[in-house]
Amino acid sequence: MRMHHCVLGAAIAVAAGLSLAPTAASAADGIYVPLFAYRTGPFAASGTPIVNGMADYLNMLNERDGGINGVKINVEECETSYDTKKGLECYEQVKSKHPVVINPYSTGITLPLIPKAAVDKIPLLSLAYGLSASADGNTFPWIFNPPATYWDGASMFVRYVAGKEGGLDKLKGKKLGLVYLDAPYGKEPIPVLEALAKDYGFELKLYPVPAAEMQNQSSQWLNIRRDRPGWLYLQGFGTMNPTAVKEAGKNNFPMDHLIGNWWAGGDDDARPAGPAGNGYLSLDFVAVGTDFPVIKDIQKYVIDKGKSQTEKSRVGENFYNRGVLNSIYIAEAIRNAQKLSGKKVIDGSDMRRGLESLNITDVRLKELGAAGFAAPMQITCADHNGHNSAYMARWDGTKWTKGSDWMQPIKSKVLPLIDEAAKAYASANAGWPKRTEACDHSK
Amino acid sequence: MDILYKVFIDPFMQMGAAPDLLFQTLWDGLVAGVLYSLIALGFVLIFKASGVFNFAQGIMVVFAALTLVGLHEHGVPAYVALAITIVVMFALAVAVEKLVLRPLVNQPDIILFMATFGLTYFLIGFGELVFGGDPKVMIADQLGLPRGAIDIKVAGGFVSLQKIDIAATVIASLMVATLAIFFQKTRIGRALRAVADSHKAALSVGISLEQIWVIVWFAAGLVALATGIMWGARSEVSFALEVIALKALPVLILGGFTSIPGAIVGGVIIGVGEKVGEFYWGPLLGSGIETWLAYVIALVFLLFRPQGLFGEKIIERI
Repeated sequence: MRMHHCVLGAAIAVAAGLSLAPTAASAADGIYVPLFAYRTGPFAASGTPIVNGMADYLNMLNERDGGINGVKINVEECETSYDTKKGLECYEQVKSKHPVVINPYSTGITLPLIPKAAVDKIPLLSLAYGLSASADGNTFPWIFNPPATYWDGASMFVRYVAGKEGGLDKLKGKKLGLVYLDAPYGKEPIPVLEALAKDYGFELKLYPVPAAEMQNQSSQWLNIRRDRPGWLYLQGFGTMNPTAVKEAGKNNFPMDHLIGNWWAGGDDDARPAGPAGNGYLSLDFVAVGTDFPVIKDIQKYVIDKGKSQTEKSRVGENFYNRGVLNSIYIAEAIRNAQKLSGKKVIDGSDMRRGLESLNITDVRLKELGAAGFAAPMQITCADHNGHNSAYMARWDGTKWTKGSDWMQPIKSKVLPLIDEAAKAYASANAGWPKRTEACDHSK
Repeated sequence: MDILYKVFIDPFMQMGAAPDLLFQTLWDGLVAGVLYSLIALGFVLIFKASGVFNFAQGIMVVFAALTLVGLHEHGVPAYVALAITIVVMFALAVAVEKLVLRPLVNQPDIILFMATFGLTYFLIGFGELVFGGDPKVMIADQLGLPRGAIDIKVAGGFVSLQKIDIAATVIASLMVATLAIFFQKTRIGRALRAVADSHKAALSVGISLEQIWVIVWFAAGLVALATGIMWGARSEVSFALEVIALKALPVLILGGFTSIPGAIVGGVIIGVGEKVGEFYWGPLLGSGIETWLAYVIALVFLLFRPQGLFGEKIIERI
């Protein structure tokens, strides 16, 4: 009887302990880059390919080039299960190992880390997620959220719809809807959509989906059937997305009028809908497929050598390639930091300067084996996002294809809102520090 | 005045103006309600047999669905995979009885409750180890579940009945009815009720606690499998399915933790109530109210029947 108790207790302890334990710790030499992963839990569909792409690119640099300028990248995962509490525990665990950058991979984890970044001198890189206002580099010198904010994404949705309707002036009187996860992430685009509705005269309908109802959206879709919005923007995550795509099909909503934001565009978001999902659109800022030298190198040096957790068939999927792009940004920032600081083994402060100097041009993308893989991207001291282009990806029933050219956000509307929101954040947080960090590139 | 109109008049005007949407809401509520009943039944069976709220019911849904889909991914034909999954759920029931419940006989209920927590985390870890964290597509077509919809014209509009929802309602109703009859009318059912009343008294008349526990955990496993198939077909098979089990809580509050008819009627009341409430009154409160509305409905019922709709009235005299 006692034995049974011991076995059960040990199993529970192992299950609970494994979820937080970093996998291969060593920050003694090299540059330490922890990756916050969520391979488990309700959002694993999104988290697994992203962290696979991130780890594979950095490991490929280690294998192919011996690291960056001769310094190995120490890649280490910490499992968050997309749970804010676990994410903060991960942060505390990795902090003492002197990480050069934190990629929280959750808006919920990012928000409480924003005030810590300047104190701990560890920059945060939240790739097209997190707080839109943190694009303001003067207010948030330690936070970076390229290549585009959620507000840029929402404005691109409006721009795309306007293009299909015959121009921005044709939006007047139209009905546009937002189906969103009822959480900070899902609510992010509301301010900009409300502002654009006011400016262009369209009616905005909101359809919140509580987290507990992600797989049970019939009420929301009944409301959509009643309101009859012409276009829908989907700011969902995890299992909410395939359910929404399925519900759209069930309710005869035209699939090419349902547009997901870039976190609603994973292969696992569209695949469960089967043929009914054909035509579903999603914003995207990275190309899909394996037909890029950088992906070929990952296959050659990491995948084929069995040094990856990625299934061979899933290399080149949408979220996988997004993870690769994330790590391209990290690696380029490390190179910048080494150059600016004159050190080979950099720290968080050097990395902040490196991120602030990111300028990935078409020429540089080609040198990296990533021509056409993503749009060029530049960060400045004042603008930590770039408000870069995205395109509309189209699901053809089996895979994502390119459904439009690269589109710009409506910067004239988004940038003043970012500026306003950054000021509001600073004034709402008493004692928010004024920027004292020098700017390496005043542009 | 305006708010009174919006609360007390306008929703009913809408119902009259668009009866197709009313019928659609009622149908969607009925489908959801029957599926909630099915989940609640899994809780009720185990609660009746051991007086324990089975926290692991949600993960059993995930585990059953992942086993089914995982086997099929490895080339096992759908119906064979279904049969093997049923065997796996039986093996799980036996393992739970031998490794978790039997060593804890006569321990306080809270200990058994905590043991179901342990079981939950074990099944999460074990499930991820075996099947990985990636979501999977339910093999609805391979299992012969229908696709498409039947559109019925109603008052100038239409009511769309998804064939999979019809199948889910029929299968869930049949399962609920079969289990209800089995546990109400058979010898095992009487034994279950005796165990629920008193473990010691049941043992004294020769009822095997072990056998009853295996039977109810297996029945709860079958319920979990059916739930996993139905909800998995509506969305995808992932660990997020675990959350669906929480939908049974207001049903249990309303129907009573020990009543099989309560689980059935409670499920339908909650399902229809939350959908009608969300559709007609939700926009007044910014929408997204159905999660907590279900609890409000249950609590309102409790004001009038504190033991739940069909729960046993317990009077303890001092």
